[in-house]
Amino acid sequence: MSPALIAALPFLGALLPALLIRTGRTNAAVAAAATSGLALLGLLLHAPAVMRGEVITARYDWLPWLGLNANFMIDGLGLLFATLILGIGLLIILYARFYLSKDDPAGQFYTYLLLFQGAMVGIVLSDNILLLLIFWELTSLSSFLLIGYWKHLPEGRQGARMALTVTGMGGLAMIAGMLILGNIAGSHDISAILQAKEAIQASPFYLPALILILIGAFTKSAQFPFHFWLPHAMAAPTPVSAYLHSATMVKAGLFLMARLWPVLAGTPEWFYIVATVGLITMLVGAKIAIFKDDLKALLAFSTVSHLGLITFLLGLGTKAAAVAAVFHIINHATFKAALFMSAGIVDHETHTRDLKRLGGLRHLMPITFTIATIAALSMAGIPLLNGFLSKEMMLEEASHTLWAGNAWIVPAVAALAALFSAAYSFRYIAHAFLGPVRDDYPHHPHDPGFGMWAAPAFLVVLVVAIGLMPMTFAGEIVRTAANAVVGGGLEMYPIKHWHGLTPALWMSVVAVVGGLLLLSLHPRLNAIWLAMPRPEAKVIFDAIIAAAARGAQALTGRLHNGSMSRYLLIFVIAALGAGYWAWTTGQQGAPTRALTPATPVAFAAWIMLIVATGCVVAFHRNRLLALVLISIVGLIVSMSFIYLSAPDLALTQISVEVVTAVLMLLALNFLPKVTVPETSVLKRRFDAVVAVVGGLGAGLLIYALMLRDFAFPSMSEYHLANSYTGGGGTNVVNVILVDFRGYDTYGEVIVLGIAALVIFALTEALLTGASSRKLIAWRPDVVRAGDKHPLMLLVATRVMMPIALMMAVFIFLRGHNLPGGGFIAGLIAAVALVMQYMASGYAWTQARQRVYYHVLIALGVLAAGITGIGAWFNGVPFLTSDFGYFRIPPFEKFELATAMGFDLGVFLGVVGSVMLALGGLSRLARRAAVGDEGFHVVAEKPDARALAEQTGPLEVGLAGEWRRSARLGAEEDK
Amino acid sequence: MEALVASGIGVLTAAGIYLILRFRTFPVVLGMTMLSYAVNVFLFATGRLVVNMPPILNHLGENTPGYTDPIPQALVLTAIVISFGMTAVVVMLSLGAFIEAGNDKIDLGDEEKNT
Repeated sequence: MSPALIAALPFLGALLPALLIRTGRTNAAVAAAATSGLALLGLLLHAPAVMRGEVITARYDWLPWLGLNANFMIDGLGLLFATLILGIGLLIILYARFYLSKDDPAGQFYTYLLLFQGAMVGIVLSDNILLLLIFWELTSLSSFLLIGYWKHLPEGRQGARMALTVTGMGGLAMIAGMLILGNIAGSHDISAILQAKEAIQASPFYLPALILILIGAFTKSAQFPFHFWLPHAMAAPTPVSAYLHSATMVKAGLFLMARLWPVLAGTPEWFYIVATVGLITMLVGAKIAIFKDDLKALLAFSTVSHLGLITFLLGLGTKAAAVAAVFHIINHATFKAALFMSAGIVDHETHTRDLKRLGGLRHLMPITFTIATIAALSMAGIPLLNGFLSKEMMLEEASHTLWAGNAWIVPAVAALAALFSAAYSFRYIAHAFLGPVRDDYPHHPHDPGFGMWAAPAFLVVLVVAIGLMPMTFAGEIVRTAANAVVGGGLEMYPIKHWHGLTPALWMSVVAVVGGLLLLSLHPRLNAIWLAMPRPEAKVIFDAIIAAAARGAQALTGRLHNGSMSRYLLIFVIAALGAGYWAWTTGQQGAPTRALTPATPVAFAAWIMLIVATGCVVAFHRNRLLALVLISIVGLIVSMSFIYLSAPDLALTQISVEVVTAVLMLLALNFLPKVTVPETSVLKRRFDAVVAVVGGLGAGLLIYALMLRDFAFPSMSEYHLANSYTGGGGTNVVNVILVDFRGYDTYGEVIVLGIAALVIFALTEALLTGASSRKLIAWRPDVVRAGDKHPLMLLVATRVMMPIALMMAVFIFLRGHNLPGGGFIAGLIAAVALVMQYMASGYAWTQARQRVYYHVLIALGVLAAGITGIGAWFNGVPFLTSDFGYFRIPPFEKFELATAMGFDLGVFLGVVGSVMLALGGLSRLARRAAVGDEGFHVVAEKPDARALAEQTGPLEVGLAGEWRRSARLGAEEDK
Repeated sequence: MEALVASGIGVLTAAGIYLILRFRTFPVVLGMTMLSYAVNVFLFATGRLVVNMPPILNHLGENTPGYTDPIPQALVLTAIVISFGMTAVVVMLSLGAFIEAGNDKIDLGDEEKNT
């Protein structure tokens, strides 16, 4: 099975539990287990080859120019971790099936679990650091979902947020570090980076990269001082804790340190940062664990301590220490998962995890007792169990480690940590299981069914088996994985129980004896511990978060004070500043183009433009007048387009002018008709200065541009040369729109459609609730014309309608070769329809409307899209057009191009969008008008069209409209 | 001719900027329309000014005086239509705000800021 598929399987499988949960929890669990099992099988099939020293790879180019490729590899380290992740994952799936209650959404659980599993497998099998980072962030996100699984518990939500914040921030730091590392190595592939040890360690960026990557690893692996999130993540259901904190999430940081060990380790910086942090974490975690009464909290801090142990070993930078680290990763995963699961069983059966309320369970839960005891003794480092072996190896390494020339500090701290570790392990057994049977358990305890203890029992069997015969059960995988960590060439010493009377052995003895002593002194020590002040991480964390939130709020509050005119002013001034900077620092050559002579006509138009613009500004408070004036500006702009050889633009502009004017008039139906002056003279003068400077800037820039030729050859030549031969049209602008740049046009039609739908949604929102009531109670602020639908206008528009539509068809058809096309034709058709609305009223027109405008927009997008896709069947790329010439007697030869289908899409899209936008505004007006006069009148004959058939169109246009409007109003109110 | 177009763009821009700095929605909408004109003509003018040479090919091979740059025209054509869509959305927003809030100020009031 391809490594990529192994990583992808859990993601694919994540769909199954979510889909299958309706058929029962067992089916969901089986589906999840089958997925994990399949991935594990695929992985283990590669095991013999990997053990022989091969590396299995799968490489897919994804974004090669970014160095981001989906490269996967299975080497020894990846094999070990993936086996742990998938194997323990299987056990967790089994355990969770019996642990979760009927009320818990089990489908979600398995889906989240598989997502997380996939992300973890992705991390350990990635051969590309950017890919690894993606999976890394995915673990943060999916673990967030898992930790917060019990959404109803505030602790669960807070713990999940804290975990996400801490590991997420670490992940961000790591991204930076990884990018630096990739930059130094010249590749983002891990296999390539691992070859670049000298270059990386010699680089001046080695230390920054190291620190950034370590922040990522330390936060993930809960190393001091980031260890505080892990105990809070214990609010998760126990299967999650068992999975995340034994084999997976927290091991990701360790994995990363092991993965990059060949290039990062071996320097003093590495040693002093990693080994020291590991040592402190080991001690601090173990110390706190002794005094925790909650079973899971005790295990959480013990996990912190053991993670510190492994970090410490990796930090030593020696090959023997690396072997010990790998071995302890396996051992910790086995006994800690078993311990979490047994704690979960105790919780499940007695309904408490408080050691103060437990004790004596030995007789009531013998199976659980056996499992928990063996696992805890392994954690304590008792001989013949696997925990002993790796702890001995750790103490052995510690015993000859110098720290800043000091020979005793590291061994002493390590021995003390081992002592604490023994103490909390003994306490776990003694206070939960030993002692007299009590009669005040919250729930009567007994051993659970086989399904629940099967998984921890299996792990405990491994604990014993590896403990008794380490070389048989773990030797090969430790050798393979350790070889991958140290970069090959490892001479593996056999893992033995007896090394003679070494310092490590004495340290072990001290640890076990001291641990027993501490256990006996526990009540007294606990009193001291409780009396001592100690920093509460959650309080500090919450305070920091609150301060950050306050800071962010203050900053945004100051920047975004809700004054839009201020934002616009800042924007304009910033744009002017940038323009000034570019103008003064850039270079420009001498003018190369001759001026075009200005004719008297052009000069006259210019004067009109200037006067009209000036009047708009001067009279902008009189809004209707301003609207008329701005239309003059629009007309002059259209005329200039004609004069300056742009007939298509002129046609478009002039039709847009019409619909814009209608739009603004519809808005002014509601808006006040005058703007009251409210700014001071000073403010107006200042704005005027800014505006004049902006105008000068724009004018000077375009003037300078127009006096010079293109700096680079324009691609217009290509379009002019190929428009007829390649696109089959002589109107180059239209050919560009529907052919050369058809994709852009396609997007633009969609944008226009979206804008129209936004307007429709806004209308719908305004037609409900409080704003609807306001509309109904609306009193028009100007006197209405006596005749709503003047007869002259009515007759004229109805006569014009077919002519206008014919014009639209004509413009559409000729568009490919002469000025015109879908955009302009669409606008003309829209104007033709708008005229009907204006003259005959909304309801009359609406009653005759056969197709909804939404449908027109959709049809337009579809027509354009299908035409584009049609090119695929010709074996050419999307939107490549084809054309041919035909002749049907007695007509002249004519041309058909596939681009016409596309242009039809544009046409429909434009008609639909414009009409939907204007229709939305008129619906508001109607709601107000109906509310004004006859809202409660219900028509006797509501169907206007049926009425039209009886009495002829004209009367109904007047009378039927009124009836129907009343009905619509009543309906809309419902 | 160039000077006329350039000064026209300048005046349109200045008017647009002045109007968008007003405090009520309608002048701001007018200002944005003005700016749209200015920007569209600006873009169009980057193709340089040419009189009587529309980009309509004469494929029959008769004498043609040359063609103007078609690309800015194609660009501006869609820009005109899109700016209508944008204006329509802004008008609708301002109308909705006016109906809901009872005034057509573009700045948020104090109580609106806090919500």
